Amino acid sequence: MNHDTYDDNYIRSILNSVKSIAMVGASPVNVRPSYFAFKYLAQRGYDMIPVNPGHVGKQLLDKPFVASLSDIGRPVDMIDIFRSSSHIMPVVDEALTLSPLPKVIWMQLGARDDAAAEKAEAAGIKVVMNRCPKIECGRLSSEISWMGVNSRTLSSKRAPIPTQGMRLSLNRMSVGGAATAASDRAAKNKGEPT
Amino acid sequence: MTDRLPGFSTLAVHAGAQPDPTTGARVTPIYQTTSFVFNDADHAASLFGLQAFGNIYTRIGNPTTAVLEERMAALEGGTAALAVASGHAAQVVVLQQLLMPGDEFIAARKLYGGSINQFTHAFKSFGWNVAWADPDDIGSFERAVTPRTKAIFIESIANPAGSITDIEAIAEVARKAGVPLIVDNTLATPYLIRPIDHGADIVVHSLTKFLGGHGNSLGGIIVDAGTFDWSKDNKYPMLNEPRPEYHGIRIQETFGNFAFAIACRVLGLRDLGPALSPFNAFMILTGIETLPLRMQKHCENAKAVAEFLAGHPAVASVNYAGLASDRYNKLARKYAPKGAGAVFTFSLRGGYDAGVSLVSNLKLFSHLANVGDTRSLVIHPASTTHSQLDDDAKVRSGAGPDVVRLSIGIEDKEDLIADLEQALT
Repeated sequence: MNHDTYDDNYIRSILNSVKSIAMVGASPVNVRPSYFAFKYLAQRGYDMIPVNPGHVGKQLLDKPFVASLSDIGRPVDMIDIFRSSSHIMPVVDEALTLSPLPKVIWMQLGARDDAAAEKAEAAGIKVVMNRCPKIECGRLSSEISWMGVNSRTLSSKRAPIPTQGMRLSLNRMSVGGAATAASDRAAKNKGEPT
Repeated sequence: MTDRLPGFSTLAVHAGAQPDPTTGARVTPIYQTTSFVFNDADHAASLFGLQAFGNIYTRIGNPTTAVLEERMAALEGGTAALAVASGHAAQVVVLQQLLMPGDEFIAARKLYGGSINQFTHAFKSFGWNVAWADPDDIGSFERAVTPRTKAIFIESIANPAGSITDIEAIAEVARKAGVPLIVDNTLATPYLIRPIDHGADIVVHSLTKFLGGHGNSLGGIIVDAGTFDWSKDNKYPMLNEPRPEYHGIRIQETFGNFAFAIACRVLGLRDLGPALSPFNAFMILTGIETLPLRMQKHCENAKAVAEFLAGHPAVASVNYAGLASDRYNKLARKYAPKGAGAVFTFSLRGGYDAGVSLVSNLKLFSHLANVGDTRSLVIHPASTTHSQLDDDAKVRSGAGPDVVRLSIGIEDKEDLIADLEQALT
């Protein structure tokens, strides 16, 4: 499948269906993007599991760190990989040994490994690359509009008041979830295949 | 199911806005407040650390203004936007993210006189050096590129003569030079031209003009196309290096394809301070709802007035790209097929004195220093908007002493033509 641009419905169906997310590379340092993506997703009601061998014995927002995916000891719906592109493949290989398999493998903003994606997809796992679930969740719920970001969605329904632990509706009308002139050019500028 | 894409007019009414969460108010309320309460200390810290979505203080963001920002990002096809107090403020904030003292940017010679002045004098004191290029000679942009060039700046429809810029050709120069193309889209509005579709990386506007459209509120906006790779060669340290004021966050790494808009907000607006009033944001939002309808009427009227002037014996020449005989007509048909805008110039056979007399004889056109109002406007650029330029620069920017600039409103075109006719005789 095309990983340059994603249809909003693809992202929406993933974020609406997964309940547990193991975050590989989660950091306890509160200025790292992985820390605040972890915190946001926990606040939005996802069951978060921090995976980082360097922090075993510690907790991230009351969730104990585990060293690896196989140490989680229970099924997880999604694996969110907060590692650079060159470190993706071993994580995907490990994910493929889990039973049951995760439903989704998500690679963070800036991370992309097409070979790893192909391998995961061959096993029936949905893949998202070079995106942030916090940004996508905030965008599809329009929560991110507070920062002037184009949610690319519309709604004539009264907006909810987000509270702690609340899952926001992501089912707004999409304005342009897939390719745009700008997104195609952005991919090209990064030297990614289009 | 594939997502259906709403059209421009639907976005002009709806993008960014939804009924108010607490009251159900359908029109976006004016959140006329300086500050917003935090839930607790942790929430406050998350907001200040750029870790959570939410409001802190109206200098940094405001819910009314955020609707305007998202609407403009949607209309321009960008990833995010930042509203500021004026078009001039937008230019300062954009270039502050891109240039360090000693750096350069290339700007088209045909620009709003205020921009020429800002670039030449005010920016010089920041150590930002402008190199001028001729939008009618693409090679002049290529020749102006140096290792210190950090951006290229053009207007889509250029003030004052309404000439059309070949955005795609200049975007190609910017791409080869590895710098972003900034397009001031004020005179076109996204209804007529969407510069991002033609290769722009950043779009700026004076919202004061056609977007607000009613001559009642100042405002400016910066739209991030999300197309530029800020991490390349560490050319843009504001975006690429850890920010000490945010505990070492790297803006481009954290915010991906809307990093530029965030940098403008948290490093530009937050520290320089040119915030837009929520009341102005509300007025401009109301204006944008009717942008497509108004632009149709503006363009229809402008074409009729330009045709009338072109046939008048007292008129030496008319510069309106919508006229088939105009040198920019081919570019207008490519970039602005719905209309060539409503700001243009003409010159009188009687020269400077005839221009002064025309302005004083007009009864319906208002003599003032703005464009893009519902009302028709007239000005003599050489003695006003472009008066700070030397004589040579005036002529090169299309504001010679015999030139009169019109901004055509949405009145009945017969009345505008009758007013010009009586004033010319």
